[in-house]
Amino acid sequence: MSIFVYAECAEGTYKKSALEAVSYAKTVADLAGTDVIAISVNATDSSEKLYTYGATKVLKITNDSLKSFSAKAYAEALSSLFTGDIFVFPGSNEGLSLAPYFAGKVGAALHTNVLAAPTQLSPFTVERKAFSGKGIMTAQSNSDKTVVAISQNAYGLKDNPVQGSEEAASVSVSGNDVQVLSHEVKSGTLDLKDAEIVVSAGRGMKGPENWGMIEDLAQLLGAATACSKPVSDIGWRPHSEHVGQTGKAIAPKLYIAVGISGAIQHLAGVNGSKTIVVVNNDPEAPFFKSADYGVVGDALQVIPQLTEKIKALKG
Amino acid sequence: MKILVCISSVPDTTSKISFTADQKSFDTTGIQWVINPLDEFALTKAVQLQASGAQVTIATVGETIVEPVMRKALAIGANDAIRINANPQDSYTVAEEIVALVKENGYDLILCGKESLDYNGNAVPGLVASMLEYPFVNACIGMEVQGNTANCTREIDGGKEKISVSLPAVIAGQKGLVEENELIIPNMRGIMSARTKPLTVKEASSSSAKVNSVQFQNTPGRGAVKLVDASNLDELVRMLHEDAKVI
Ligand SMILES: Cc1cc2nc3c(=O)[nH]c(=O)nc-3n(C[C@H](O)[C@H](O)[C@H](O)COP(=O)(O)OP(=O)(O)OC[C@H]3O[C@@H](n4cnc5c(N)ncnc54)[C@H](O)[C@@H]3O)c2cc1C
Ligand SMILES: Nc1ncnc2c1ncn2[C@@H]1O[C@H](COP(=O)(O)O)[C@@H](O)[C@H]1O
Repeated sequence: MSIFVYAECAEGTYKKSALEAVSYAKTVADLAGTDVIAISVNATDSSEKLYTYGATKVLKITNDSLKSFSAKAYAEALSSLFTGDIFVFPGSNEGLSLAPYFAGKVGAALHTNVLAAPTQLSPFTVERKAFSGKGIMTAQSNSDKTVVAISQNAYGLKDNPVQGSEEAASVSVSGNDVQVLSHEVKSGTLDLKDAEIVVSAGRGMKGPENWGMIEDLAQLLGAATACSKPVSDIGWRPHSEHVGQTGKAIAPKLYIAVGISGAIQHLAGVNGSKTIVVVNNDPEAPFFKSADYGVVGDALQVIPQLTEKIKALKG
Repeated sequence: MKILVCISSVPDTTSKISFTADQKSFDTTGIQWVINPLDEFALTKAVQLQASGAQVTIATVGETIVEPVMRKALAIGANDAIRINANPQDSYTVAEEIVALVKENGYDLILCGKESLDYNGNAVPGLVASMLEYPFVNACIGMEVQGNTANCTREIDGGKEKISVSLPAVIAGQKGLVEENELIIPNMRGIMSARTKPLTVKEASSSSAKVNSVQFQNTPGRGAVKLVDASNLDELVRMLHEDAKVI
């Protein structure tokens, strides 16, 4: 039976998290000896992108009732097309809203924050993040249906080109329970949970006026910016940048932490990063114990210099 | 308006996480339990709505060990509490218990945290909404109730959105739903009155788990840090480029 996956779009274009979900679904499909069916909602993007990551069939839903996101309406639409046992969702905001709603609707076992390909298919067995990144739980489905929501950036994109085809799918939706009053997306900025590189700063920056150097470094690296909790609590930076146990959990390839002490609650949100660089003027800062590379020094001096050196490297 | 706030009791955020020798379960020895921090935002919002006449009930699915945390939620200002007596097996069973309670008592608004910081399910609120066929707003960072509608701000990837849904609905919140400085630290009067507020125990309906936890392990640590002198940033850039291959 085919593996289903939700190919999420932003403004009609497939998101990186959707491509990651398709990559994951393809791995599961290979283990099961079957193929991948992707479902998209109001996509205007080319299905080729999904074929590249392993979707053999793309079911395209085009429906005015689904213009704005509603977990209820979307779950209704997706479940009417679901004829398999396994459905994969991205770990995005939309994915994490939809996966439980969908799972409840079809009575599936739900695994969120999934870190890796299943180790076994029946029963479906998989490693997932627990205790805010301090633990790994091996979970097993106790149902013939399984819904998976992957931990964003944990699995990554895996090229796996296949011959694919698309098909218009018609669904009947009983309406949309969500009315959108306003929609605000900062264009040109990278989504924090999607970003491959994140430059993050804490109270050691002394004040919001010093964030220019953080933004410069981030821009040079094509990185998103983040901050520690107190920095967002005092309003130096927006809440959406707060990473940690009570903020966003992220897993970029490179996390650069500047003037952040490395409290356990902060580490909980960033310890999934592949490489961690810490800049702190206190050699005893706890963060150095959880870092790959460290610079003991004044951030206000180090960061502008580091930016210049990386600029030189990039030519 | 009747509000139900679903509270999960979790290890204090500074807890060292370890597992039993057989790796089958979380080792609770010496753990301090707290209200799940994201639920505290939801609870505070609900308590604020008491000013416009809301009645706030909290519910936890758990054994007697969760009662001190429930008393704390009462001290913060909830009117009454219901403990559903079960050792939660998975998100599905917790959701089914909450759904049974909602069907029995009827609530206009069900407030949750977006995620509990123990098993990181991100699951119960969406499952509850689904089983009740209610609207579901996740990652809610602002909310006003007007009559029969909730106007919410929800976080979306890279931004936010103002939306309205009609009640009853399930709303899962996080920081922003109320600000950090709006959180209520119970005073002596609150703590005293919490002792006499009703905390009822309801027996669980028998539901069966859809997920079994097979094994737990700690996340592997990192190797030793490579320190670079602040006057030798060229070396850092080289290592990031050539060794780690991240820039
Ligand atoms: C329930 C709960 C949940 C929490 N959740 C989170 C969370 O999700 N995320 C989070 O981040 N925190 C969280 N915290 C807070 C956490 O405990 C720490 O207080 C917080 O992470 C500290 O932020 P900071 O490192 O920016 O500030 P500080 O602890 O003040 O550290 C500043 C650091 O900057 C360094 N420094 C100072 N000047 C310079 C300079 N010129 N150059 C370089 N370095 C300098 C200092 O040596 C110090 O290490 C939580 C706390 C609680 C109780
Ligand atoms: N045992 C429980 N009892 C009551 N509410 C719970 C319980 N577990 C989770 N919740 C609620 O569901 C939210 C999300 O939890 P989870 O799905 O476990 O990440 C929490 O923030 C609580 O509001």
